[in-house]
Order: sequence, then structure tokens, then C-alpha cells
Amino acid sequence: MSSEANAKSMSLIVTKGTLDWAYPPFILATTAAAMGLEVTMFFTFYGLTLLKKKLDLKISTLGNPAMQMPMMGMHMALPNLVSAVPGVDGIATAMMKNLIKKKGVASIEDLRAMAIEADVKMIACQMTMDLFEYTMDDMIEGPALGGAASYIEVATKSDINLYI
Amino acid sequence: MADQLLDAKGLNCPLPILRAKKALKELPTGGTLEIQATDPGAVKDFEAFCRTTGNELLESRVDGKTYIFVIRHTG
Repeated sequence: MSSEANAKSMSLIVTKGTLDWAYPPFILATTAAAMGLEVTMFFTFYGLTLLKKKLDLKISTLGNPAMQMPMMGMHMALPNLVSAVPGVDGIATAMMKNLIKKKGVASIEDLRAMAIEADVKMIACQMTMDLFEYTMDDMIEGPALGGAASYIEVATKSDINLYI
Repeated sequence: MADQLLDAKGLNCPLPILRAKKALKELPTGGTLEIQATDPGAVKDFEAFCRTTGNELLESRVDGKTYIFVIRHTG
């Protein structure tokens, strides 16, 4: 993408690995790449799971009072007490996946593949890999390993730096 | 008539933009691409996309529930 007229750049720190939070970084990364920016994503802590070969992303309504799902023409939020009941997160995840499909929203798998296709650079946080006992065999092909200094170097040269 | 037609109906953000970018890449410079979308957000987004990438937005109109954009590949 660096050959394009627009040589601006963006970096993103991806720290969250739930289905809902996986969207902002991948949407912004793919769109920025499509608009000619050089994009680097740094995956750390729970965001690291978004690089796993097989994604099994879930959402939780627990501690997420702003999450209101459309239901029978209304919007429903779940009280934390209900969210804590076993199985509720599974139901919420199924509902969310259903909505994603129905509304023509891309899957995270697709967005991730498009990011790779668009030459978005990906860095997997080495420390998090060690902490959660992952190896590069668990991850898709493409990401490089790196640490905080690798990210900072990218960030100092980027026009946009986002923490998600 | 545009050189190529992209049906992005039923797709939500950012897919119309991503698909358009892919189609533009395959067009020769000066070629035109017509995009049909149903995402109302695409109106502002294609304007921003073209301003940033230097591609030329020749047309942006609504036909019923379909948003139609024509872009010339110049970026």
C-alpha cells in the first residue's frame, strides 16, 4: 500500500478479544488500508486471541450495561445478576452472531483475512504470548513477534495511533 | 455506463468501501466503477474515501432504497 499517493499511516493497539470488541480494530484497519494508509496492529493481552487460527469469539453481557439488543421491536439490556447465570453469554453470543449475519456485517474472520490481504502489518505481543502460554503455531501466519519498543517505534512514525 | 458494476447491496460498513477498493484496483487508471449499495452510511463514506484516496466521485445519487455511486479510478 505504500506505493499509493496517500502515504499516511495508522497504528492500533488491540487489547480486547471479545466478539464485539474485535470489530473496531479490524474495521478501522481494513478501511484505512483501503484508503491507502500503512497500517500496523499490535495485539496484546486479550487482543492476542484474535490472531488464533481458529476464532471462537464470544460476548458477555456481564458488566456491559450499555449493551442493548434489539428484541421484538424493543431494546433489551440485561441486569448483571441475569448475565451471571450460566448459558446467558452463550445466548447473547448466538443473538449477536445472528444479527451480524442478518445486517450484512462482515465476520471477524473475513475482516481479518481482508486485513492480511491489504498488507496490514500485525505484531503479536511476545510478553502476552509467554504469559498465556501461546506459541506461533497457535496463530495464523503473518504476524511478527514484538514488544512494547517495536510498537513505540511504529507509533512515533504514525499519523494516527489508537488504543482499543 | 460505468466500465464495471459492483453490487454491494445488503452489505454493511466497511464492506462496500472494501469491495469498491478491490474493484478499483483491478480497473485501469481512468476507468469507472458503479457501486450500488443499501447502506445509508455509504454516502458520507464514499465522499471521504474519494477525498482521501484521490479517486474521483463522479456521481452519488439515490434510486429508491439503493444508493448509487460512480467513481473514476484516478487515485
